[in-house]
Amino acid sequence: MEEPNKNGMDRRTSLKYMSGAAASLASLTWVGCETPEETAEVTEHKHAANEEMNISEADQKLMEQQFFTDHEMQTVTVLANLIIPADERSGNAADAGVPEFIEFMMKDQPWHQTGMRGGLRWLDIESMHQFEKSFFDLSEKQQKQILDQIAYPEIAKPEMSQGGNFFNNFRDFVATGFFTSKMGIEDLKYMGNTANVWKGSPQEVMDKLGVSYDDVDGYEFA
Amino acid sequence: MQIKESSTVYDVCIVGSGAGGGMAAKTLAEAGAKVALLEAGPMFDSAQGDMFKWPYQSPRRGANTHRPFGEFDAAFGGWEIEGEPYTRVAGTEFDWFRSRMLGGRTNHWGRISLRFGEKDFKRKSVDGLGDDWPISYADIKPYYDRIDKMIGVFGVNFDPSLGLVNEPDGHFLPPPKPRAYEMLVKKACDPLNIPVVPSRLSILTRPLGKRAACHYCSQCNRGCSTHSNFSSPSVLLPPALETGNVTLITNAMAREVLTNDEGLATGVSYISKDDNMEYTVRAKAVVLSASACETARLMLNSKSSRHPNGLGNSSGMVGKYLMDSTGGDLAGVFPQMMDGIPYNEDGVGGMHMYMPWWIDNQKAKLNFPRGYHIEIWGGKNMPSYGFLGGIQNYNAAFGAERPKGGGGYGTQLKNDYRSFYGAMVGFSGRGEPVALESNYCEIDPGVVDQWGIPVLRFNYKWSDYEILQAKHMQDTFEEIIDSMGGKLLWNKAGEESNYGLHAPGRIIHEVGVARMGKDAKKAPVNEYCQSFDCKNLFVADGASFVSMADKNPTWTILALSLRTSEYIIDQKKKGNI
Repeated sequence: MEEPNKNGMDRRTSLKYMSGAAASLASLTWVGCETPEETAEVTEHKHAANEEMNISEADQKLMEQQFFTDHEMQTVTVLANLIIPADERSGNAADAGVPEFIEFMMKDQPWHQTGMRGGLRWLDIESMHQFEKSFFDLSEKQQKQILDQIAYPEIAKPEMSQGGNFFNNFRDFVATGFFTSKMGIEDLKYMGNTANVWKGSPQEVMDKLGVSYDDVDGYEFA
Repeated sequence: MQIKESSTVYDVCIVGSGAGGGMAAKTLAEAGAKVALLEAGPMFDSAQGDMFKWPYQSPRRGANTHRPFGEFDAAFGGWEIEGEPYTRVAGTEFDWFRSRMLGGRTNHWGRISLRFGEKDFKRKSVDGLGDDWPISYADIKPYYDRIDKMIGVFGVNFDPSLGLVNEPDGHFLPPPKPRAYEMLVKKACDPLNIPVVPSRLSILTRPLGKRAACHYCSQCNRGCSTHSNFSSPSVLLPPALETGNVTLITNAMAREVLTNDEGLATGVSYISKDDNMEYTVRAKAVVLSASACETARLMLNSKSSRHPNGLGNSSGMVGKYLMDSTGGDLAGVFPQMMDGIPYNEDGVGGMHMYMPWWIDNQKAKLNFPRGYHIEIWGGKNMPSYGFLGGIQNYNAAFGAERPKGGGGYGTQLKNDYRSFYGAMVGFSGRGEPVALESNYCEIDPGVVDQWGIPVLRFNYKWSDYEILQAKHMQDTFEEIIDSMGGKLLWNKAGEESNYGLHAPGRIIHEVGVARMGKDAKKAPVNEYCQSFDCKNLFVADGASFVSMADKNPTWTILALSLRTSEYIIDQKKKGNI
């Protein structure tokens, strides 16, 4: 049982589910409430409402392995920060843990490895050709000159298409890593994932879209 | 090798604890029957699910590395399970989703709870294709009514002026108010004469019994700490277990149904995943609710001198007429939704509005039979793995001047992500296939699973009926997105990809492989889902479906299971089984 089982659940996770279920199934914790408004406030949430990261044994092992060389990790970090820089609203990609997330994904989904490693090498070779230095050692101005050639697919030259594809994929990784971090979610002002009572969209949102609940006034809503 | 046999003889052995098995266990146990309930997966209580987790609590940010619908989804299982292979006849497709856990797929489904309508039971009479069911809507209506009240479902009865004659009324809790973007869809669809109406989901918007009303966290697929949505372990199994009449055996992978010299079922043999030992459970009746294809597999693997073709398969029809819903999708990005006003748009875990099939094919002279409903999704969801992927494909289309085209990096890109977050709306069509004998599963003569059980081999090909339906979906989605003033998020699918029609099995609505009928030569089970060949064998999942409506099958599985369970009680009282 050391290895993840066929469901990808490691032993600790499956034990958590099984012991929890075995203990609670005979006496499921029912919550009785009179009104939905009351419900939202008094519901006893048995789930982990904290924000800890629960790392399974299998994931811990992945985290202990190293995929990127030190140079690659430096390149990943500087590239990610060029894609998502800090501004007045939030920090940069590295502040949100993006390089560590990409490193983990290379081991979690190893089919990304070749494209990632090869793409980073492509970037270094192109930098050498144009500026005789690896990408990490270029000035920021020079780095942006390289990115300007691969970051906009509509205007990129055909001979840069491999770099462009790498950049598209890398940008997707950075976007996920940044905007699924606590910092990124706050930056987006996502306000959900919490108990509440749904009463419809606010009037100002309806007004912005030019719609009205008058169009459904024949229905009785919760 | 030793086979462990219990001395207990149960009244009924039920295989599978999902919608069909859970309903059978509850109904039979409450009537006083001693029930053995076998489940191939482990225990699960949805209160223990990963609801309210944040993506950053996972090093993979919730990616779907190990679970097809993401790390926090409640499903244990998927289309591929190590040690449990299946095969396909060359040139055909079928992807078989299995849930291995207490409650099966009821733990993570979309809770879309739609009754089949009058036409859905009589499709051959309507368009000449497939077969009529041996029952009509009137036969099953009382069971739908009771399930609505027992489980709880929100929705509305539709105004007759909408012409939705094949969408029966029900007993509904009030639906949640539409989200603003859903009203945008309605506004665009009204002039197109496409009805956008409150959806019907089995999520409580009012308390019901001991279950609290929804607290609108939108993560129904992960489990529900208050059991406010429907799943078998939340709603059906607790009352079943409280009777004291149910012996629940988890991690029990059924191998075959055992029969005696008279050809009657005497119990079920299974492998315990806990100790890898072989067991038998003895019972006076057997109910198969293992999911349609797993039920067919059990019947086909249960051969004996009295049932040389597999148990209950003298018709040769077990495994035949396999169906899955058709599926196609398209999404758009909408300028008026960009730079949206922040607010909590979660709502329930699913759409608040949807579009039932609105066309009379015959009158409209469409080039395909049957139809599809449209599911709406989008808006300000929790940022998750894959966030605004492929932004280079659309961020040049709207917004500030972008001299360099789509994609980019830096401050402009960061602002693009902020602008586009919540500005997408997608449409998913889920439609009715035509039942064909040529679409089937059978036992692969050369392959066994890790326990030595012969596996299924699938043979499934979409016909032109389904492909032309998928084309209609794509055209409709594009028309709606255009009418809303949006831009397609990806290219509309064309002929080369069957118009985006998903491979069979991807919509996870497999039904039909032990269909009901009046003629024992043409159907394995009768109108009560009782085997013609083995009178104490019943099916209580999607296996008995004669046709698949454009509706999700769960509400009908529940209704049929309730009806079959009460028939078993009646037959027991009469001494017939």
